[in-house]
Amino acid sequence: MSMYYAGILSDIGILLLGALSVYIILATGQLSLGNAGFMGIGAYITSWLTVEAGLPITVALVIAALVSGAIGVAVGFPALRLKGIYLAMATLGFGEVVRSFLLNFAAMGGPEGFHGMHHISTGYIWTWAVSVLVLVMLIEASPIWLEIRAVRDDETAAGLVGLNATEIKVGAFGCGAAVAAIAGGLFAHHHVYIEPGNFSFERSVDLVLAVILGGSTVASGALAGAVMLVILPEYLRFLAEWRFAAFGALLIAMLLVRRQGLLDRALLRFAWRGSRA
Amino acid sequence: MNTTLPPRLRLDRITKAFGGVHALTDLSLDVMPGQIIGLIGPNGAGKTTTFNVITGAYRASSGTVLLDGQAVTSEPPHKIARAGIMRTFQNIRLFSDMTVWEHLLVAQPHSGLAVRRLLPMRFSNRKTIERAEEVLEFFALGNVRNRPARTLPYGLQRRVEMARAVTARPRLLLLDEPVAGMNHDEAEAIRALVLRLRQGGLSILLIEHDMAFVMNLCDELYVLDFGILIAHGRPAEIRANPAVLDAYLGRAA
Ligand SMILES: Nc1ncnc2c1ncn2[C@@H]1O[C@H](COP(=O)(O)OP(=O)(O)OP(=O)(O)O)[C@@H](O)[C@H]1O
Ligand SMILES: [Mg+2]
Repeated sequence: MSMYYAGILSDIGILLLGALSVYIILATGQLSLGNAGFMGIGAYITSWLTVEAGLPITVALVIAALVSGAIGVAVGFPALRLKGIYLAMATLGFGEVVRSFLLNFAAMGGPEGFHGMHHISTGYIWTWAVSVLVLVMLIEASPIWLEIRAVRDDETAAGLVGLNATEIKVGAFGCGAAVAAIAGGLFAHHHVYIEPGNFSFERSVDLVLAVILGGSTVASGALAGAVMLVILPEYLRFLAEWRFAAFGALLIAMLLVRRQGLLDRALLRFAWRGSRA
Repeated sequence: MNTTLPPRLRLDRITKAFGGVHALTDLSLDVMPGQIIGLIGPNGAGKTTTFNVITGAYRASSGTVLLDGQAVTSEPPHKIARAGIMRTFQNIRLFSDMTVWEHLLVAQPHSGLAVRRLLPMRFSNRKTIERAEEVLEFFALGNVRNRPARTLPYGLQRRVEMARAVTARPRLLLLDEPVAGMNHDEAEAIRALVLRLRQGGLSILLIEHDMAFVMNLCDELYVLDFGILIAHGRPAEIRANPAVLDAYLGRAA
């Protein structure tokens, strides 16, 4: 496989994980515009653990996921008090806090960034991406996913039928933060160099875009969105300077025609029947 | 020797104020195990507010709610539900996009290890599924099990709400206008269901404007007007009570 395609595939795998981190939180009705912050936390912790502490990458990723998950839970509690646009703004603020912390964190290079990580293979990235995707799809068939849908739809009614909305919403924040940290750790070891600017607001927007484009009501939407978001700008290269404008126009068209994104449950069911017929 | 059971539900001098408006004033009420009790009164009397206070959706300004002798007054709604109080809503509140079947699964608590909540339904929760089947059959909802609940006719939606409330095996069921908007036959069917639920040991407190329905079904009635209890007694007594007539007819005149 050429370097070019390997690079694109790796980008897709990492973006898929980042998009899933948004998807998990969005499933409970919470929009996070700060997941790049969790990615940054994961990237820096994982890199420190492999470079400075000499831990194997897989162990480092698990530790980073746990730490970021705990931070996610801590962020999830105040987030309970906010809804919609206010929550989006607050999480955006969280992402910026993380980025400026990293800028001032001299021990890990500050604005100079950090390097010394060993490069990882595309296969390793996709092992993580597919594992997490399959895990999320399994959970979608579990009782807790019904609870998540109930809480997203009508939190008050969910509480009155016995569901603990606090546990579900905060738990989703923790899980989303953990998955974002894995994406960040893989990003760091794919590019073997990180700087705070890698984890800016634009990255958070990319993650949300992937979910919205691909389909925000099914986990496989994150996969479709990640593929589109990485490949489309490549295909549009012939447009030179105009390709991002064309990409933007495509995005608007998509939202106008199919607000739920490319994939949804109805389409998947249709495709499933078609493939068996 | 005192072997009397505590009431299934006791409201002890509940007051609920919204700002300066007293929606409920010093309301005391008992539901004994196995009883069907009606809560009636004109529009705005405070009936739904009573349900909201019992279920923890609103916090009482003062007073106590006791379930089988245990105070639940300051618990959050989900804990009160799990303690055994389930309800339906005056304005139906079903979950959008969820099928009838999914409504019967989602309200059930999960016994055993917490991780089982994360395993795909069909591998992990045989008891939950059996219970849902049982309730589906009880409410005669089998032929619409896979329909999105919100697309069903109104009467069936009310049935689904009742079924959802019952799957978790509550001790007390609160029904907020269970036959509103139903025709006579549909209301009769609901009456039969309520009676069968009582046979199964459930205690029921219900709000209803349909007087014929209430008089035919309830063991006792409580009558509210402007948040104040104006009468309590058996249906025949209530029918003859001048204060009740005045509350209803005085308003209409
Ligand atoms: N959240 C609230 N904030 C302010 N006032 C409220 C609130 N909920 C109820 N009220 C007021 O409390 C009073 C009782 O309302 P409630 O809904 O309990 O009446 P009800 O007996 O159920 O009437 P109906 O038969 O019309 O359903 C009304 O005056 C209502 O406006
Ligand atoms: Mg009411």
